Amino acid sequence: MSAVLITDGVSKRFGKVEALDGVGFSVDLAELFGVIGADGAGKSTLFRILATLLLPDAGRARVLGLDTVDSYRMIRTRIGYMPGRFSLYQDLTVEENLAFFATVYGTTIKENYELIRDMYVQLEPFRTRRAGQLSGGMKQKLALCCALVHRPELLLLDEPTTGVDAVSRLEFWQMLDRLRRLGITILVSTPYMDEASRCDRVAFMQEGRILAIDTPSGITGLFSKPLFAVRAAEKHHLVPVLRSYPHAASVYAFGSTVHYTDSRPSPDMGDVAAWLESNGIGGVGIERIKPGIEDTFMALMESMTSRREAADA
Amino acid sequence: MAGLRVVGHLLQKEFLQIFRNRGMLPIIFIMPFIQLAILSNAATFDVSRVPFHLQDFDRSSLSHRLVESFSSSGYFRMTGHSFARKTALDVLLSRDADMVLVIPEAFEKDLATTGHTRIQFMINAEDGFTAGVIRGYADEIVSTFNRDLPSLMPQSDRLVKPVFDIDIRQSGWYNPELLYTYYMVPGIIVILVTMIGLFLSGMNVVREKEIGTIDQINVTPIRRWQFITGKLLPFWIIGIGEFTAGIVIARVLFHVPMIGSYALIYAAAGIYLLVVLGMGLLISTMTETQQQAMFIAWFFSVIFILLSGLFTPTESMPGWAQYLTQLNPIRHFVDIMRRVMLKGAGVELIMQPLSILGAQAILMLALAVNRYRKSSR
Repeated sequence: MSAVLITDGVSKRFGKVEALDGVGFSVDLAELFGVIGADGAGKSTLFRILATLLLPDAGRARVLGLDTVDSYRMIRTRIGYMPGRFSLYQDLTVEENLAFFATVYGTTIKENYELIRDMYVQLEPFRTRRAGQLSGGMKQKLALCCALVHRPELLLLDEPTTGVDAVSRLEFWQMLDRLRRLGITILVSTPYMDEASRCDRVAFMQEGRILAIDTPSGITGLFSKPLFAVRAAEKHHLVPVLRSYPHAASVYAFGSTVHYTDSRPSPDMGDVAAWLESNGIGGVGIERIKPGIEDTFMALMESMTSRREAADA
Repeated sequence: MAGLRVVGHLLQKEFLQIFRNRGMLPIIFIMPFIQLAILSNAATFDVSRVPFHLQDFDRSSLSHRLVESFSSSGYFRMTGHSFARKTALDVLLSRDADMVLVIPEAFEKDLATTGHTRIQFMINAEDGFTAGVIRGYADEIVSTFNRDLPSLMPQSDRLVKPVFDIDIRQSGWYNPELLYTYYMVPGIIVILVTMIGLFLSGMNVVREKEIGTIDQINVTPIRRWQFITGKLLPFWIIGIGEFTAGIVIARVLFHVPMIGSYALIYAAAGIYLLVVLGMGLLISTMTETQQQAMFIAWFFSVIFILLSGLFTPTESMPGWAQYLTQLNPIRHFVDIMRRVMLKGAGVELIMQPLSILGAQAILMLALAVNRYRKSSR
């Protein structure tokens, strides 16, 4: 029994909206498991069910071997949850917040100090500052400290890095890495694809369903078609012209280049370059690249959408 | 005992937040007493120096004596006189006077010859209560005038001399000087404690919902009773503090008597606060925003205050409204306050309202605890 978290057919509906539709996955001990999905994919609903804050309409979830509905009280003492929205007391100071959450769990800051030390030394200068007046990165460190102060076995972090600067994000993920090595299982959701590669495994979510679960390298292996990066002098004309190419399968702008897949079994990239030039795009360069996680996610989304459209028709 | 320690920490947290909220502090600690001072002095039922208009068609020495007794009574002051019927109505319409005193022609002559005559009061009855008070004053003046008539007109033997001279003297028990403040101040203290308790507790949990901290609290092992206690107790303590300050002001500033026992009135206040705070918490758990909670709290407090018997006696309400007031906690606590402070009622005399409050406290708290769920559907 190394699975710390198991869900089976978990569904949740809000009025007409199917927020979760038969979600099933499991997370192993000391695993850093990422849930990737756009806003509204159902990530927060899933986290609230796992945190025993919300009852599922159907299906079961077991956290640390305990049912989230029947044994919610025992689960609560053993998990740490960080909601997507900053939910500490903004009118209390850094120290007061931390001390409050420690005592609520029947512990003290001192008792688990080494767990939060790395972050707390950064917070120390702002000890007497109100939480509401901290920067985004500091707020998030404080929130993680508060979620860790009772030494939970499982951390549920709902979009912890949303709205946080790049440096703080990096530090945050380094911290998660360290916690995982201490044996804490972490389930983390994020809308940022680049963060997925830092996880042991990731689940892609869209419209309340899990599209795929795999390691970051396994996920990119799902991408079967040859992928090309196309660059040109005038990038803003490139996407519409490339989309109008008769054999284009997918065209997405990725930073300075455009990622392209072809609908033919063996793509003729010389023909693509000729099409672009005949449409007035200069300085065209095309190279074959290895797909990243984001490419895979886009492709999965695309195939799901087209499958749904086929089903609707 | 570890459970109680968590409550202690919740308490500490709530007090920290209350005292850190610069906007709320004056509302909690200053406004109520300004209200108490203003309301107690201003919201009076006494009608003084009623403006009246005179139409004296007799213009005799006796009619002058009658007018004189109105003017010198202290209750009335003359604002004008005329002789046209229409002017009388105009004066009432334009509110230059609240009463028109009409003395007919031959007022003195009729009295002297027949012993009978009539005078007319035209009273502005827009506000029925005030009109009643004015009429009472006028009646009193006229009956005194009647009693003195024989000495004013010794030459007339036609005046009916009362054979049995019944001397009616009024004496107001429990408030012999009929001081309005004795009656009102205990009631206004109740209103202040109610408002503070209802609004503070009504806004509190819903505020945690609004800013999202409730999620972080809900996921902790804090038990429901601990959370509710941690939310109730600070406001209960503040409520008792406000009540104490109100009593001190009532005693020192308004010299309201305290004939009954302090212990009894505090016991009643303690129970009453549980009703109010339970109601506030219930509102808080049923709403999603502070705005919603605010409106619901207003809705109930206005109804409760108007049906409390504080401003209008419950006895003068229609039957169904009187039944309704039995459900009104403010009514019962106002009742207890007045009975204990002014009459010195003991516990056996306030048992009925006290047990109603006790039942309401249990009901409200049970509902609030039940409605507050740490997991949602």
